[in-house]
Amino acid sequence: MKTVLPAPDISRAIVRIAHEILERYDGADTITLLGIPTRGAHLATRIAAAINAIEGGEVAVGTLDTTMHRDDLRTRSPKALLPTLIPAAGVEGRHVVLVDDVLYSGRTIRAALDALGQIGRPTSVSLAVLVDRGHRELPIKADFVGKNIPTSRSEIIKVNLVEVDGVDGVTIAEGGVK
Amino acid sequence: MKHLLSISDLSREDAILILDTAAELARISDGPMKKLPTLRGRTIVNLFAEDSTRTRISFEAAAKRLSADVINFSAKGSSLSKGESLKDTALTLQAMGADAVVIRHPASGAPFRLADNQWMSGAVINAGDGTHEHPSQALLDAFTIRKHLGKGANDLAGLRIAIVGDILHSRVARSNVLLLAKLGAHVTLVAPPTLLPFGVESWPVTVSYDFDSVIPQIDAIMMLRIQQERMQEIFFPSAREYSRYYGLNRDRMKALNPNAIILHPGPMNRGLEITAEAADSARSVIVEQVSNGVSVRMAILYLLLGGAPIEGGIN
Repeated sequence: MKTVLPAPDISRAIVRIAHEILERYDGADTITLLGIPTRGAHLATRIAAAINAIEGGEVAVGTLDTTMHRDDLRTRSPKALLPTLIPAAGVEGRHVVLVDDVLYSGRTIRAALDALGQIGRPTSVSLAVLVDRGHRELPIKADFVGKNIPTSRSEIIKVNLVEVDGVDGVTIAEGGVK
Repeated sequence: MKHLLSISDLSREDAILILDTAAELARISDGPMKKLPTLRGRTIVNLFAEDSTRTRISFEAAAKRLSADVINFSAKGSSLSKGESLKDTALTLQAMGADAVVIRHPASGAPFRLADNQWMSGAVINAGDGTHEHPSQALLDAFTIRKHLGKGANDLAGLRIAIVGDILHSRVARSNVLLLAKLGAHVTLVAPPTLLPFGVESWPVTVSYDFDSVIPQIDAIMMLRIQQERMQEIFFPSAREYSRYYGLNRDRMKALNPNAIILHPGPMNRGLEITAEAADSARSVIVEQVSNGVSVRMAILYLLLGGAPIEGGIN
């Protein structure tokens, strides 16, 4: 197992993504960050904190669970649902930025787009991820990327965050086919 | 979990998983689009061999909100009324490719027969069997109580709940007693001795014949319907006398502690076990129980049918 993104790099990536998001949308007023639980939700909170530190406002941030919209539901035992918390302003007319930890097949993001469609019709949707490891199975790409990490399918990428894992760091390990 | 047959074979963890899932689904149901694609292509049969309004409609709404196909059939107007056996009905449903059967039946244990005899491969959900159990009702009652009184806890630890009335004929009471005790609540049954079931002393409850002494000490009160259709004998001298001793009326409402809530599984006999004033008061969560019922039943259907098929039964 080897660390490919140590804690300071994660912090820098989050601040950079925050700047890029602000640049693209010309300020924080129309942005709604929606993190995909579990780690995407914590990353969204951190990006929101970084945006607030730059702009001095309070950017809208929430979570979006994708479980009920996944296309692989029938291949595993039913999972407990995770919280979907939409900020009071809703998503209508907002620039929604989906936030996740790792972009891999793209299937989670497809499910997230469906889950978002359930809630309303945003002006635009973009995607921020901490790690893009390649191997897409759907025509989906990230708009804001912390780090591109080329991998083979047999490797296992693990994002650790203080909020969940007690430590920050992205590791890569050899493993069975995931 | 493959079936939901009774609360007695549901673990505390599974019960909490159902309640938590229902809470998330309730939040989705508050949004503009209520329908989820999760059970698209699955067929759910509502087999109701006994009358029902709330439970059948609630299961139907839950299944439809998850995009399942629903087939309703009730005893009246089907071959059940011609005396077709449960086995032949089950084989028919199996042949039609039912992924789940929601069954209500006047015979206690009918859902178990359906599930255990390898007649069909789908999930069986007990929607009330005779005087035995009604697990989805107990889950929605627990959900409602937790939502109002849970103070953020995931169970009902320390809450004091009274179940009042016709305990003897009530499958709702039996399922509730088991579930509420599993979730850590203290349950008191209040009824005349004639309406208490045999062996109640082995249940995890306190029993009282005196409603007025119980009232001030409880957080939630569940009134049960007097089930005249199941009463072949006389269990109390008159309806008026029953009302006076065991009905929820204005004076007893005043004696309730200020945060206490009132539940009733419905249908109500207004004026018998509960006055209109109590049923329609701000403390009453009776109508809310119905909407919570849809969320809880969505959770049950999702957890039983949403994942990979579970091995067992015929294939």
